[in-house]
Amino acid sequence: MNAQASLIPKLVALAIVACVPLSGESFYIEIVGKVLVMAIFAMSLDLLVGFTGLVSFGHAAYFGIAAYAVAILSPEYEAANLWYVLPASIGLSALAAFVIGLFVLRTKGIYFIMVTLAFAQMAYFIFHDTPLGGGSDGKYLNNKPSASIFGWEPFDLTNEVHMFYFILAMLVLVYLFLARVLQSPFGRVLVGIKSNEHRMQSLGYFTFRYKLGAFTLAGALGGLAGFLYAVLFGFVTPELLSWHESGNVLLMVILGGMGNLTGAIAGAFAFEAMREIFADITKYWQLLMGGVIVAVVLFLPGGLAGVPGRIKRALQGGDAK
Amino acid sequence: MSATTKNEVLLQADKLTRRFGGLVANQDISVTLERQMIHVLLGPNGAGKSTCINMLSGDLPPSEGRIHFMGKDITGLTAAQRSQVGIGRSYQRTNIFPQFSVLENVRLAAQSRRQQPWSIFSKAMEQKWALEKARACIEEAGLGKRVDWVSGVLSHGEQRQLEIAMVLATDAQVLLLDEPLAGMGSEESASMVEVLKRLRQTRGILLVEHDMDAVFAVADMITVMVNGQLLECGPPAQIKASVAVQQAYLGTEDSFHV
Repeated sequence: MNAQASLIPKLVALAIVACVPLSGESFYIEIVGKVLVMAIFAMSLDLLVGFTGLVSFGHAAYFGIAAYAVAILSPEYEAANLWYVLPASIGLSALAAFVIGLFVLRTKGIYFIMVTLAFAQMAYFIFHDTPLGGGSDGKYLNNKPSASIFGWEPFDLTNEVHMFYFILAMLVLVYLFLARVLQSPFGRVLVGIKSNEHRMQSLGYFTFRYKLGAFTLAGALGGLAGFLYAVLFGFVTPELLSWHESGNVLLMVILGGMGNLTGAIAGAFAFEAMREIFADITKYWQLLMGGVIVAVVLFLPGGLAGVPGRIKRALQGGDAK
Repeated sequence: MSATTKNEVLLQADKLTRRFGGLVANQDISVTLERQMIHVLLGPNGAGKSTCINMLSGDLPPSEGRIHFMGKDITGLTAAQRSQVGIGRSYQRTNIFPQFSVLENVRLAAQSRRQQPWSIFSKAMEQKWALEKARACIEEAGLGKRVDWVSGVLSHGEQRQLEIAMVLATDAQVLLLDEPLAGMGSEESASMVEVLKRLRQTRGILLVEHDMDAVFAVADMITVMVNGQLLECGPPAQIKASVAVQQAYLGTEDSFHV
């Protein structure tokens, strides 16, 4: 599919999502906002899983660290400044990813999966069991950050519509940013590492540095998602860092089709939609969800991202007859 | 590229030994590679040729012995560091990025000479120097007609040529080539021999090869290994006439793939 042909459906999808606040229903605005946050989270993980070949099973740690950071850094009775807490929260997630990356990137395959999980569990217990996090009940963010720049307020995050468009703008920015990064010399090296890391080393690449760069970047973007989540809902709990969340975001990436940014977004939508629909039908919704995921892995190896290509091929096959 | 002088010693390995547990895969192997020379490592299966080339390329650390490149001790360098000083290698099993185009495979190899991990906003496809270099190396390896092909669909022989183009794009002074002719038809094989002869003019080549016709067509020096030991080293005429070599090969059932 050429770039222009695939651009039109993307813009249509974006326009549809942008119309959600017109409904005026707080329920839909909040739930779609949450899905958009998860889509950013899924894209950040796809940079590791789909493009660099690093299957991290602890990505919720960076989501949770930034979410807690904004709750902890905000004063209790007044709003923090967005332009301070946003970079600070993302920076803390990036720093954590950098330090953890120094250790975990020395391992490969199943060991990598296990040590990323182990570090995420450590982060979980830091917020769960130390005074820093406020225990299993979590912590409230009483006042959403203010976007004030020297007294001028371009938008107001306590307004649900403003909040929605702020999240949507971040999603578009992250998408464009990652699309650009993947075309850069840095991005090409990541794809080479995924394909054959040993060969990249014999070509003279110090692959560790590139993997550490990707891991830090993914942590930072995962942190952005966590930040938005905390601001959207106004409270954080240790569950945000739990291995369930790491697993969920991994499932979104797999559902959407690894190594495809649009797929990661679609995966987040599909996952959250299934969660809502199945939970309405039965309290055993996870059983249904598991069945769908097994079916996708078996019958749609390219995930949702592979569907347009399949339809196209099927139509062309039909035309030929 | 530095000035090319004949008889300049590029790579010198002294008494390399590699043990895997109790097994001695290589014992006291010494090899010298000069510029404008093709040095062939010869030996039956299991003689330790691949172990030897892996130690030279940095894929496998030697248990004992030293390796020097242009006078510098490089024994402790990793594979990536050795590539950076000027040692390039190809693998016995084809080792390319099959989903990339021929150009992208070689461009990625060229990019390794000016690594800028922080340049995340420039476009890789707009790096003119890397593209030009990639095209030149593809031409030099004799793949000019296949520049835009997806490399996974190339014939086996063309993929081997692609590997060589990738090594060339890293400015390698020393080429370590592990069976570049393996699995090739006679025509492909003949054109590869021509490529090797051309590359020899400015570089040093260490070759592991089974194809005897090709070996004697290109070799300036031959080292024969048997059971991890160095049996004999000398010019092709000496190896052909050597009683020890004949005995080693004729004495076993593992013939020479003539």
